[in-house]
Amino acid sequence: MVSQKQKEVMSSREQILANIKKNQPPLVSLPAATQSTTSGLPDERVHKFVTVLQAIGGQVVPVNSWDAIAAYVSKQFPPPARTINLVQELANDHPLAVLENDPHQLESVTLALLKGHFAVAENGAVWITDTRLGDRALPFICEHLALIVHADAIVPTMHDAYERIAGEAPYEFGTFIAGPSKTADIEQSLVLGAHGAKTLTLFLLSGN
Amino acid sequence: MEATAEPKTKDHAALADTFNKDEARVDWHDKTLWFIRQKRDKAAWQIPDWEHLRETASQIKHNVLSNLHHYLETFEKQAQQNGVTVHWAADAEEHNRIVHGIIQKTGITRVVKSKSMLTEECHLNDYLAAQGIDVVDTDLGERIVQLAGEPPSHIVLPCIHWKKEEIGQLFHKHLGTPEGNSDPQFLAAAARVHLRERFMTSPVAITGVNFAVAETGEIVVCTNEGNADLGVQLADVHIACMGIEKIIPQRKHLGVFLRLLARSATGQPITTYSSHFRKPRPGQHMHIVLVDNGRSERLGSEDFRNALKCIRCGACMNTCPVYRRSGGHSYHYAIAGPIGSILAPGLDMKKNADLPFASTLCGSCSNVCPVKIDIHDQLYKWRQVLAKNGYVSETKKTGMKGMAFVLSSPGLYRFSGAIGRWFSRYLPFMVNNSLNPWYKQREMPQAPKESFGEWYRKNKKKS
Repeated sequence: MVSQKQKEVMSSREQILANIKKNQPPLVSLPAATQSTTSGLPDERVHKFVTVLQAIGGQVVPVNSWDAIAAYVSKQFPPPARTINLVQELANDHPLAVLENDPHQLESVTLALLKGHFAVAENGAVWITDTRLGDRALPFICEHLALIVHADAIVPTMHDAYERIAGEAPYEFGTFIAGPSKTADIEQSLVLGAHGAKTLTLFLLSGN
Repeated sequence: MEATAEPKTKDHAALADTFNKDEARVDWHDKTLWFIRQKRDKAAWQIPDWEHLRETASQIKHNVLSNLHHYLETFEKQAQQNGVTVHWAADAEEHNRIVHGIIQKTGITRVVKSKSMLTEECHLNDYLAAQGIDVVDTDLGERIVQLAGEPPSHIVLPCIHWKKEEIGQLFHKHLGTPEGNSDPQFLAAAARVHLRERFMTSPVAITGVNFAVAETGEIVVCTNEGNADLGVQLADVHIACMGIEKIIPQRKHLGVFLRLLARSATGQPITTYSSHFRKPRPGQHMHIVLVDNGRSERLGSEDFRNALKCIRCGACMNTCPVYRRSGGHSYHYAIAGPIGSILAPGLDMKKNADLPFASTLCGSCSNVCPVKIDIHDQLYKWRQVLAKNGYVSETKKTGMKGMAFVLSSPGLYRFSGAIGRWFSRYLPFMVNNSLNPWYKQREMPQAPKESFGEWYRKNKKKS
C-alpha cells in the first residue's frame, strides 16, 4: 500500500501507477504470434465468406463488373431514394457525393455505397477506414448499406486481417462491419435493423 | 465508493428464493441461457485451434498483468499523441466526477451512453442523474431495464429476464406503443425511432471499451446494434470509460480477442461492428477515463489477480447452473454470475460475502472462459478468505464446525448416521421440514436400513 501521507501529494495517476508497479507479478513474456491454421484456398475463402455473411443476415450479390453494380443499385434503389455514392468507379452512373461537414445531415440517407478494403472469410466482416467513409457516421446512420469487396481481397481469419492492416496506410478510425445492425434483446428473437443499417448488401466483385 | 452505493437488504439465497417462486419462469430463463451456451459451443467447435486460441489469449493477458505499468504509460502517451485527453480515476467516485466535469464543460444535459459494465460498476447513471444530467442507455436491452428502473441482469443480455409481453407493456407506458403489441420486430422498431431522436440531439456520447491497444493508443468498441458508433459519430464529445485491465499490448492481439469474444458471448462469429477509435474526427473531442477502483490492489493477489483477465463475454453466466436458475438480480452486484461473484468480494467483502457461495463449484465457468480464468477455484478460495475474516453466517459456521467434529470421530460418526437414518425412517417430518435448508426444493431421500459400514461388517463375516 502507498502510505496515506504519500497519497495526499500524489495524483491519482501516480498513485495508480505506483500501486501497479508494486503489485504486478514478475514479467511473463508474450506468447508467440498466433498464426491461423485454417488458411484455405482462395475459392474456399470466398465460399466460407459468402456462407458466413449470409448466415448473419447479409445479402451477397456476386458481380463481375462495376456496371453490374451500378445497374443493380439503380434498379433496387430508384428515386426518390437518397443514395450517397463514394465509389469512384461508379461515378458515371451514380455521381460522387459531396458531404457537408455535419453528420446529422445524413439522417435521411437511404443507401450508402462504399468500397471496403478487404473482408474476412471466417466471420463475414468487411474492414473499412475513414479514408473511404466520407463521414464516419455514414455506414451507421444510413438506412441501407452496400459494400463492395473484391473476391481477391478476402483473408481467412482475423490474424490475417491484422497482418494486412499493419501493411496498409494508417487510419484514424476503422471498423469491421459484419452484416446489418441487429438485436436479440427481446426474448432472443433476432431483429435486423437495430440502430444502424437495416440491410447490408455485399457486392462481391470478381474479374476487373 | 462502491460500498456506499446501496444498502444490501437480502443475500443471494433469499433473492434466488424470490426468483424461484415462479417455476415456469425459472425454466424459461434456464432454457434461454442454455440455448446461448449451446450456440457458443457450435461456434467454438468450428474453429480447429479454439483451445490454442484460449490458451494464447490467457497468456497475452498474463503478460499484460505482469507489465501493466509499462503498457498503461505507453497507451497514455500514444493516445495523447492521437489527440485524446486521458484521465485517471482511483475509484468509482473520482470516475463519476471526471465524467460529470467533462459534460459540465459542454453546458449540455442530454447524453447518450452505450453499454459499459464499468459505468454500471461505478453507478454513473445515478450520479449524473443527481447532477441533473439526462443519460439515455442506447443498447436496446439496457434501455428496457433503464425504463423499468432496474440494473441489467446480465452483462451481455441486460434484459434476459424480461418477457416480450412485459416489454410490450413497458413500451406502451413509456413510448406509447399500442397496448398488447409484443412483437419483437415491432418493439425493436419503436425503440429505433425513440432512440434515433436521442442520437440526433445528444452532443455527448459515453461508451465503454472492449480493448485498448498500448502500441497504438486506440480503443475498440464492439456492438451488434451500432449504438456506440451512432452515438459517438453524431456527438461533439466522446467519453470512453475503461478499467485499467482492458489494455492489450499490440494491435495484432485483437486478432486473438475478437475471434474469441463474440463466439464466447453469443455464438456469433463476430459482433456486427468492431470499431477502432484512434483519433477523434476533426472538431471532435475524445476523452478516455482509466479507472482503477480496486484493480491495482487485486493485481497484488496471486490467488485473485487472474480475474482481471476477464473480457466480459458472459459465457460463465450462460453456462452456470446457479445463475440460470437464480437470475442476475439475485447477485446484487453490477456483474452477476460466476465472474461477478469473484470480482464483487474484492470490492466489498462484507457486502458480497454471500456471492462466492452462490455456486456448486462444478467448474463449467472455467471450462468455457475464453481467457481461462480459474473461476471456480477462485470461488472456493474466496470462501476460505471470507471464513477467515469472519464473514460467514453463524448457521453455516456452526454447521461446518458440527460436521468437522462429527467427521473427526469415527464412533460419533457411526452413532449420528444411525440416529439420522432412524429419524428419516420413523419420524420423517423431523427432516422434511422448513427448518432443514436441504429440504428446500428437494425431497429428502429415503434412508437405508443400515449404513454401508454395517452392511460390510455383516457380510464380511459370512464369506
